[in-house]
Amino acid sequence: MRNSKMDITQEEYAEAGPEKEQKTQAADRPPKAGRTSSIIHQTAVRKQRRRRFIQKAIFSVFRLSAVINALALFIIIYFMVKNGIGAISWEFLSEAPRDSMTKGGILPCIVGTILLGVGAILVAMPIGVASAIYLNEYARPGKVLRTIRLGINNLAGVPSVVFGLFGLAFFVIYLDMGVSILAGALTLGAMSLPVVIGSTEEAFKAVPDTYREASLGLGATKWQTIYRVVLPTALPGVLTGGILGLSRAAGETAPIMFTAAVFFTPDLPESIFSEIMALPYHIYVLATAGTEIEATRPLQYGTALVLITLVLGMNLIAIIWRARLRKRLKG
Amino acid sequence: MSDSKSNGVKMTSKHLDFYYGNFQALHDVSLEFKKQQVTALIGPSGCGKSTYLRCLNRMNDLIPIARVEGKIMLEDEDIYDPSLDVVMLRRRVGMVFQKPNPFPKSVYENVAYGLRVNGIRDKGLIEQRVTESIQRAALWDEVKDRLQESALGLSGGQQQRLCIARALAVEPEVVLMDEPASALDPIATQKIEDLIHELKKEYTIIIVTHSMQQAARVSDITAFFYIGKLIEVGDTDTLFTRPRLKQTEDYITGRFG
Repeated sequence: MRNSKMDITQEEYAEAGPEKEQKTQAADRPPKAGRTSSIIHQTAVRKQRRRRFIQKAIFSVFRLSAVINALALFIIIYFMVKNGIGAISWEFLSEAPRDSMTKGGILPCIVGTILLGVGAILVAMPIGVASAIYLNEYARPGKVLRTIRLGINNLAGVPSVVFGLFGLAFFVIYLDMGVSILAGALTLGAMSLPVVIGSTEEAFKAVPDTYREASLGLGATKWQTIYRVVLPTALPGVLTGGILGLSRAAGETAPIMFTAAVFFTPDLPESIFSEIMALPYHIYVLATAGTEIEATRPLQYGTALVLITLVLGMNLIAIIWRARLRKRLKG
Repeated sequence: MSDSKSNGVKMTSKHLDFYYGNFQALHDVSLEFKKQQVTALIGPSGCGKSTYLRCLNRMNDLIPIARVEGKIMLEDEDIYDPSLDVVMLRRRVGMVFQKPNPFPKSVYENVAYGLRVNGIRDKGLIEQRVTESIQRAALWDEVKDRLQESALGLSGGQQQRLCIARALAVEPEVVLMDEPASALDPIATQKIEDLIHELKKEYTIIIVTHSMQQAARVSDITAFFYIGKLIEVGDTDTLFTRPRLKQTEDYITGRFG
């Protein structure tokens, strides 16, 4: 890289040098143009070191930011694995807690978290994708659209505990669902909606208009165009939205502590109206309200490790699926 | 078809004005397009030729601030009549775009798409139409072994011929082409032009082009547009050798544009 840069500079020098001597040959060229280019050339050479220094400095800052990011994740995971790996055993993964949750496993929590995450996505994806289609493909730009957008953006900023209270008031009490998987999934779904809508809209915007035109030009209706061309093309991006929503939903504590999760229930859920245990809430309970907080530290780390692995695992499945779809589209 | 009274005229525009919001992009354009003829629309960038082309299958409907005045007739139907189904219109008046825009689907599905959206379910019929259309677009030998592969893997020229095949599959009566070869190399351009010669036996073709040589090579009739107005229209040979107006002459001799 550096060599080629030097080459160019030397070439430029070589070109600039003889130019002055060959003045007689270049007589028919306007003299002004020659002088301007040599001033530009000289300035460029003079400032070259400074410019290269600035570029290096700036990219170093950017590189550092990226490294800090990766490092933070690495430290968290390292800490978690170091402290939690000892607690992981087949018993831990396959049994219910025993002896006031100081022994035994966390199976009900794992099942609960998976059910809540999947449930939340089942709620958020259809509504989110339908909203995004309406906003991006059908709605005419104007006041109404701006108001809806504002609403969605603000929804994204609402703290999760407020969603929890909303779920408690609306789903659990008003709609009489009780503390249940259904109420929790609906609450988490509502919370992930803005994420799903946002990324789905981005995915739709990335579909070139030429696809829409080509489809309409063949006598397809607007809906056929969306269903058969836009949606399949945008699907990898839509899935990204799903992944983000799922990750957020699975790790949340506040929205489920009022709506779905309970302190302790050793049985696996029987229906969507059952109350359940969930990993994030279990960590919270063990770490703050358990009978023997210090003694259960390894269990807390172990549970956290399982939660992170679970979320990463769910993401991984979705990412593989997305990569396959992309490959099929690109051919 | 009942064209006794229209003596071979497929499409007509009468006093067509077109507005983007307050800006008038087309002024009083009246033109006739005959069956089995190629009409070329030429003119400098921004002269309204593409806008005009997109009025002919109401593609401009997609722009919220666009507005049309005047009439465009497809045989004896007014295509801007509110009772007319624009989806049906676009099946009858097909379009090939400037940049090749195959869907990210297989070669086969690209051509079958128009048939499927128009409600054709018969697999045998679809297969037959797909094969015929690709053959007619002079692409069959190149893609017959890769019908199930993604269309995005084809070269630019092949993609554009695939787009033509896709347009032909739904049996349009008129084919609009918006600078169909401007993104292609000379060899691919040659193939598209040969194809246009073949296709005009069956279709009414209207082509927008930046290249005057191309207009001279492929068209029977040439219409010259300048700043939203139709300046001159006539036999391609006559227009290029003995234009009536000074403006036309200036443009075709390369003095501006």
